[in-house]
Amino acid sequence: MSVAEAGDRITVVPRKRRNVEMLLVIFASALSLAAYVQVDLNVQGETPTNLVTVAITAFLLPLLAQAAIRWRAPYADPVILPCATLLNGLGLAMIHRIDLINDPPSNGAGQQLLWTGLGIALLIVVITVVRDHRPLQGYTYTLGLVGLLLLLLPLVPGISSGDLGGARIWIHLGPLSFQPAEVAKVLLAIAFASYLVEKRDVLALAGWRVLGIDLPRARDLGPILLVWIATLLVLVFQNDLGTSLLFFALFVTMLYVSTQRPGWAVIGIVLFAAGAVFGYYTRGHVRVRVAAWLHPFDIEQGYQLIQAQFGLAWGGLLGRGLGEGRPGLTPLARSDFIATSLGEELGMAGLFAIILIYGLIVSRGLRTALACREPFGKLLAAGLSFSFALQVFLIIGGVTRLLPLTGLTTPFMSQGGSSLIANWVVMGLLLIISHQVRRPMATVRDLDPGGQLVFERPGRVADSELTQAIGRPGTGGSDDDQPTQIQVRGGRA
Amino acid sequence: MNKPIRRVAILVMALFALLFANGTYLMVFQQSSLNANPLNRRARDEDFAQNRGSILAGDTPIAYSKPSGDRFKYQRVYPHGRIYAPVTGFFSYDHATTGLENSYNTQLAGTDDSLFVRRMVDLVTNQPPQGASIQTTINPDVQKAAYDALGNQKGAAVAIDPKTGAVLAMVSKPSFDPNKIASHDVEAANKAYTQTVNDTGNPMSNRAAREIYPPGSTFKLVTAAAALQDQGLNPDSLVDSPNRLLLPNTSTYLYNENHMSCGGARITLTHALDVSCNTAFAQLGLKVGADNLREEATKFGFGSRHLSDVGGAASVFPDEVDQAQLALSSIGQYDVAASPLQMAMVSAAIANDGVLMDPYLVSTVRSPDLQVLSRTKPKELDRPLSADNAAKLKQMMVSVVQNGTGTAARIPGIGVGGKTGTAQSDPKRKPYAWFTALAPAGDPQIAVAVFVEDADIPREDIAGGALAAPVAKAMIEAAVKR
Repeated sequence: MSVAEAGDRITVVPRKRRNVEMLLVIFASALSLAAYVQVDLNVQGETPTNLVTVAITAFLLPLLAQAAIRWRAPYADPVILPCATLLNGLGLAMIHRIDLINDPPSNGAGQQLLWTGLGIALLIVVITVVRDHRPLQGYTYTLGLVGLLLLLLPLVPGISSGDLGGARIWIHLGPLSFQPAEVAKVLLAIAFASYLVEKRDVLALAGWRVLGIDLPRARDLGPILLVWIATLLVLVFQNDLGTSLLFFALFVTMLYVSTQRPGWAVIGIVLFAAGAVFGYYTRGHVRVRVAAWLHPFDIEQGYQLIQAQFGLAWGGLLGRGLGEGRPGLTPLARSDFIATSLGEELGMAGLFAIILIYGLIVSRGLRTALACREPFGKLLAAGLSFSFALQVFLIIGGVTRLLPLTGLTTPFMSQGGSSLIANWVVMGLLLIISHQVRRPMATVRDLDPGGQLVFERPGRVADSELTQAIGRPGTGGSDDDQPTQIQVRGGRA
Repeated sequence: MNKPIRRVAILVMALFALLFANGTYLMVFQQSSLNANPLNRRARDEDFAQNRGSILAGDTPIAYSKPSGDRFKYQRVYPHGRIYAPVTGFFSYDHATTGLENSYNTQLAGTDDSLFVRRMVDLVTNQPPQGASIQTTINPDVQKAAYDALGNQKGAAVAIDPKTGAVLAMVSKPSFDPNKIASHDVEAANKAYTQTVNDTGNPMSNRAAREIYPPGSTFKLVTAAAALQDQGLNPDSLVDSPNRLLLPNTSTYLYNENHMSCGGARITLTHALDVSCNTAFAQLGLKVGADNLREEATKFGFGSRHLSDVGGAASVFPDEVDQAQLALSSIGQYDVAASPLQMAMVSAAIANDGVLMDPYLVSTVRSPDLQVLSRTKPKELDRPLSADNAAKLKQMMVSVVQNGTGTAARIPGIGVGGKTGTAQSDPKRKPYAWFTALAPAGDPQIAVAVFVEDADIPREDIAGGALAAPVAKAMIEAAVKR
């Protein structure tokens, strides 16, 4: 914490904590590397032959990202990058472990490492080139349209990969296959946020009041119905309950956050319930998923769930040890079921630790949203964090039989490039928002001793919270756990 | 907008809490049942790859594990597998386990709680874990004698030490080779299993303890015991022995074997047993009454399961009988059914001064370092007859072998007591041949029951004395040192 002073001018400077971040990143890399080496020691009985290359990559990639943050977003949240590094690294070690089951070993980890490199490169691009999230607000409809197109892309004949495990959520371009919904998630989150910031005043107008809840006016239901229909299309034509739920929940949550009206949440839940019932009765795939969830032993489709359960039970509390379990018995052990593969070898305790790291990322994202002083960043950070959390909940809940299984990816861990780079971009966005939030801000007095407010954000109506945050000296507007100290010299407080 | 964001944060916390709760539930409540699920290949493969302890008969292993060098590491081996199959059972990959392999699985595998300290020591010293060994009560000589003497006949033989209840032999024929079913070549093992299961001779059924059959005239020992206990009769007491007996409330007559006379209208109880007089024992049964006879049978062990470690079946004396059925039940027909083990227990109780000992198959469980983990203490089960009456009945059995139907079991120098049986409850199949015995009469060391289900000889020649008694004789000779 430092407070730079120059006469009566006061600038509040939150701690950057870049060195802490670097140490945490090194720790995360070391942990991942250790996991990788342990896999080889336990399965092959020797250290990996490419140890030096792997070690250099393991430290170099995240440290490059760290350097980019240090350079262009020095006030960004210091915990996000280490968490993402650890999750990505453990995922790589686990994919490598599954690789070794095959004889000769497959090279899933190598591919995943390429995608990791690409993801971190995109993170660096977001941090160094985009730098500020606010200009993204100008592309509401472009991003929204592209996002929707990507979402529906797997239905296009020719590039569709057809039904994989019942769901059509993949496309293939040449040798690459891709899950466009992952990228669509980021684009649509941005589009939703800017759209809602623009329209929220209208959407917040009350219509009828039912059971103490203000419902919106009927004429304002358009957007939510549109998104609802889009997600139903996803459900009906792509057979993917998870993606459909994720997008709809994302939109409804952002709608609720922007308008502060619980009525929207109620309508969203009702619409979702209707959609889910519709899906259950019209889509055999959804019914099968539910049946496999409720009675996994009775139907053939319950096999993979049962194997995953066996794996977790077999792993017990502390796990078999990396390379000592038999995750290969579970189908899709490196993609959909990587969480149970990890649970089998690192134990339920290890899986809980991983869930906690996800929770840490979510909490930093939501904290950023709380601290943010302008509605777009607030909404975007909240939406991205919530969808990240929901995805973790749906997939880990799915593989541990808390919920019916959905085809979502486990962020940063399951094999698949689209998900990996999309999540690195999400981290990039959260980092730059947090940078904007935490970077030194001037007090009202600094900006305009005469008393007239000046906003950084051009051309918008004043946000009431923004006014509050800036207008009251001493609150600082930041919610960071390191309270910002403000010293005022000259007795003008 | 902070209020909704805080609410979203609470929702996220709730979702994550659900994940944790579910994971905890899985660990606390579901883990053991999931690991015990037969579909769980992880648990099954590990079990199958364990260095299991041995099963011993005397000093010789009848089941042990040897390093195999394939993916399951240890191969289960059954020396003389066919002889001991009803005792050991088998240890298979796809078809679970049976016999002692099943009932002592946790001890053999080394996963039992009693082996916890041992497991920890192995863990610390980096030794591969090893299972405990099981010492059976089987006497290899008696077992082998019974197996050989039964030859190709379908049947079973059981021997018990009357003083303790220790099972000295348990043979069932035809038998199967557990080695084939325990093979690491899973496909070959499955084939062997299917073949054994579909074999018309039912080699997998343990006829010695798990199947019950009409005991025929061997049941007259129970009726005689009831008569001695309840009617105050003596071996010399005269009983009615008509050539034929009208079954009460029917028009059916009960005859003696081959419609012969028992040697007079009134004969002594001893003589009635010697010649296995049907009419005499049917009348005795009617005199004793259904309730008393059932009570006596229950005291001998009917109606409860014995040798639960090999899944022993309970023998049956019918719950409801009318007078005619009682008369038939008294001579071991109608719905009376007993396992060979049960009939050995009848002789054993008579041999042991009227005290019935609980039969057992495993004497000690030893950890890999030979420390005794558990030892079976002989346990008294019941007293079906007084020591006095037991001595009288024993003497009557000796007379059967000396003067009656059981002469085939005579052994010079050893006082053998016995009782034959031929059960002909179903005219369509061949009768069952039975023989139960005790020896030596002065200080009994062994009680035997032999049962031949389907001997491959003409129907007329079947009689307990001719078929089953020589097997009992071979077993007694193997057991009693002269």
